[in-house]
Amino acid sequence: MSEMTTNPSLAVPAPGEDVPRGERRSYWGNVRERLRHDPVTLFFMAVIVAAVGTAVLAPWVAPHDPYATSMLARLRPIGTEGHILGTDELGRDMLSRLIWGARTSLLMGILPVVIAVAVGGLLGVIAGFMGGAVNMIVMRTMDVFYAFPSVLLAVAISGTLGGGMGSGLLALTLVFIPSLCRIAETAASQIRSLDFVDAARASGAPVHSIILTHVVGNVLPPVLIYASSLISVSILLAAGLSFLGLGVSPPTADWGQMLSSLRQGIYMQPLVCALPGLAILIVSLSFNLVSDGLRQAMDIKA
Amino acid sequence: MWLYIAKRVLYAIPIALGVSIICFSLVYLAPGDPIQSLIPPDASDEDIAAIRRLYGFDKPVVFQYFDWLARAVTGDLGTSLQSNRPVLNEVTRAFGNTLMIAVAAVIVAFVLATIFGTLAAFNLGKPVDKVATSISTLGVSIPNYWMGIVLVILFSVQWRLLPATGMGGDGSDGFSWFEWDQARYAILPMVTMAMIPLGVVTRSTRSAVADTLSQDYVQLLRAKGLGEGRVVLHALRNALPQMLAVMGLQLGYLIGGSILIETVFNWPGTGLVMSRAILTRDIPLLQGTILILALSFVAINLIVDLLQTLVDPRIKRS
Repeated sequence: MSEMTTNPSLAVPAPGEDVPRGERRSYWGNVRERLRHDPVTLFFMAVIVAAVGTAVLAPWVAPHDPYATSMLARLRPIGTEGHILGTDELGRDMLSRLIWGARTSLLMGILPVVIAVAVGGLLGVIAGFMGGAVNMIVMRTMDVFYAFPSVLLAVAISGTLGGGMGSGLLALTLVFIPSLCRIAETAASQIRSLDFVDAARASGAPVHSIILTHVVGNVLPPVLIYASSLISVSILLAAGLSFLGLGVSPPTADWGQMLSSLRQGIYMQPLVCALPGLAILIVSLSFNLVSDGLRQAMDIKA
Repeated sequence: MWLYIAKRVLYAIPIALGVSIICFSLVYLAPGDPIQSLIPPDASDEDIAAIRRLYGFDKPVVFQYFDWLARAVTGDLGTSLQSNRPVLNEVTRAFGNTLMIAVAAVIVAFVLATIFGTLAAFNLGKPVDKVATSISTLGVSIPNYWMGIVLVILFSVQWRLLPATGMGGDGSDGFSWFEWDQARYAILPMVTMAMIPLGVVTRSTRSAVADTLSQDYVQLLRAKGLGEGRVVLHALRNALPQMLAVMGLQLGYLIGGSILIETVFNWPGTGLVMSRAILTRDIPLLQGTILILALSFVAINLIVDLLQTLVDPRIKRS
């Protein structure tokens, strides 16, 4: 049974290729093997691990208190003694604020996608597997949300709710659910009519066990790959919302919010003011490139 | 084909209705009594009662929606709490300003992306391809609101070549891309806006042209001795429907998502209207702007789909 969950089109040894039985690699074994020969993806994976690690360990790695202000040491340049990346408009240490800001910025980038994968993926699998009226209702509802450009929908929801981290989280999750639902639905409905699902059904397997073992196993790879490309979008959007004043409230450190409050300093310390955006760029670029690398390694078409 | 067109137009109607339902429910999403978000805080009791009747808050929600929809269809989107002017007037004036830079950005991005994408597709794996691919990755990874700030730092603060914000003395009335005095205000916002579509379209042009080049008939064209210039034309013509679709979608995204860039540059478009409405809790203005932007996105999608069918009649979707 377990062999059937592997989509035949993803089986790696090419037809005709002679593979000794004992050494046959699994699908995931092949993915790992391809990743090992992709230094770019590995490098940016390391960048992501480092960024997440720094964020988690912020209390221990940040050199200063991110909230300690100093009226005398405002907007110091990069390379100042004691403040290697300078200070912000209230004299707070930039490096420490960037490290603490990684916590909110990464959380707001990753959490909405995780929730949306769960909710959108489930809705899509249900719609794709049940078909008929259920499919119609779910997918047409998604079409309506699809009719909003993502920035507009995010701003509409969190702006109406009055901003804050919770409303931003809700807004971003709602933005990502429709596209994830669509991908899960496409994959699930393609698999629904395949022989092995019919066989499982004919052999009397209950519906929920068919969904769990077969459908989810085949839907998950495309959904996860797409989700990994959404993390970069989510980081950009989340930072954008806090740039507009709709994210966390000051003085909590957040890259988008720092970018916005530092705008008053661009005439004095342009380089320091550009730092939070650079952090956003590096993280979003890393997630994009890793997502591309994973897509290639997992052999999934965009 | 005509059947498809008719179907596609009809299909846009339930979508537009769905969009209107979401916009309508925004008032209920706002914290507090919905009436609080519709009136200024210093309104008298009589005013509150009058507005309650006017909006029909004493009736069931479904009736409220249809009343609201009936008014919206005739162009009555309510009155802005701050300016006391009709929401529709505020939005349409700003919409023109947003459209002006969005359309220019899409054209610039389209021209550059066609060149980059085609060059990359003809040189797959070579340095030219690597540069084009990097540009497209950068385009989709860069926080464009930050890029706007960086451009301001360079072109306005350091080199003093272009104005940092605003739209110049005459505002939207006398704006023209062909008069330097006004156009110089629009250059930085337009360039910033062009970044994302540049990345996305370069990528899709590259894959569409590379796809065409791998077809058998291209081999035949080359075997018949056709010059590379003519081969490029063939490849582009076949990639056009796909590029058109991506382009249309990007224009929609730019118009709907202009709030970030317009906030950076203080450009008086729909995004700035929204951001002002959010700051002042002007819910009618926010709701009206979102409705118009979302409906224009639905319309753009419809037009692109129809254009695509005309350009390439083989595209028949269910």
